[in-house]
Amino acid sequence: MSSIDYTLHLADNALILGHRNSEWTGHGPILEQDIALSNIALDLIGQARYLYQYAARQTGKPEVTEDSLAFLRDAWDYRNCLLVEQANGDWGKTILRQFFFSAYQFFFYERLQHSTDNELAAIAEKSLKEVTYHLRWSSEWTIRLGDGTEESNRRMRAAMDQLWKFTGELFIPASYEKIAAAVDLSSIKPLWEERVSEVLLQARLEKPAAGWGQTGGKEGRHTEELGYLLAEMQFLQRAYPGNEW
Amino acid sequence: MQHNWPLWEIFIRSKQGLDHKHVGSLHAADAEMAIENARDVYTRRMEGVSIWVVESKYVHASNPDDAGAFYDPANDKVYRHPTFYDLPDELKHM
Repeated sequence: MSSIDYTLHLADNALILGHRNSEWTGHGPILEQDIALSNIALDLIGQARYLYQYAARQTGKPEVTEDSLAFLRDAWDYRNCLLVEQANGDWGKTILRQFFFSAYQFFFYERLQHSTDNELAAIAEKSLKEVTYHLRWSSEWTIRLGDGTEESNRRMRAAMDQLWKFTGELFIPASYEKIAAAVDLSSIKPLWEERVSEVLLQARLEKPAAGWGQTGGKEGRHTEELGYLLAEMQFLQRAYPGNEW
Repeated sequence: MQHNWPLWEIFIRSKQGLDHKHVGSLHAADAEMAIENARDVYTRRMEGVSIWVVESKYVHASNPDDAGAFYDPANDKVYRHPTFYDLPDELKHM
């Protein structure tokens, strides 16, 4: 049995990035990529649903549901890492955010599918195929933009400046990640670094030196961005409690 | 951007053993992206197990103006159909 916080942390990561990506629906740079990113959004929100349903069962309270967990918790209750809540920015920033997170989620789920928690292991196994594609797609786009035109390279470097400081948090375990069922983050950190270095090299993007990193999201201390996201995502359930459509 | 990306024709094999069928077209910067776009646009409801992409400019089509000369002469050549053979009763689905 894993702690509820751990399940919520995984669910929040998936939901918040899924929601961010869904903000692109109807605004993608080209129809085909609009659909591609919307598919990824749906994959992530689907993963979030399985995880919230499990978290709701873990609470043992019938009034707690996947919906109440997603729509009725405030920012300080959210356990997602800071990286996934960062605003979309331009296409380059969205791509780089997806690449950093998919590379993390790929190695993470690879381990989680062998977790002692059978529910989490099953969700990880199912989600891994989706994430394999997300990683492939975002890697190719990172290379395409980094090694593209002067303009696209400049935008990717700007995205790197904005996002790199949030990547360190992925590998710093929160209090609830020190349980037996949890993935050992120190074991996937070198895998992530190796994959990211490979892709950045092909993308002609310089990997920033290890330096100061922003943390706190996993413990509920978020950047300003999350409040705006929740305000939009939760508006309907807050204004019309229990409404269905 | 949209105007710079070439058009690709997409062919999907719906299951093993069947042939690839034309399902539509889309824009992509290169073949690799065309395959991924096809995956995202045309196989999201489990439509396929294999994808072919061909850049549209490589497809050469017959001219509709030639339709008369091309196809009408076949109209009265009924003997080209293999329908004049006596088939054994055991054959049901010919």
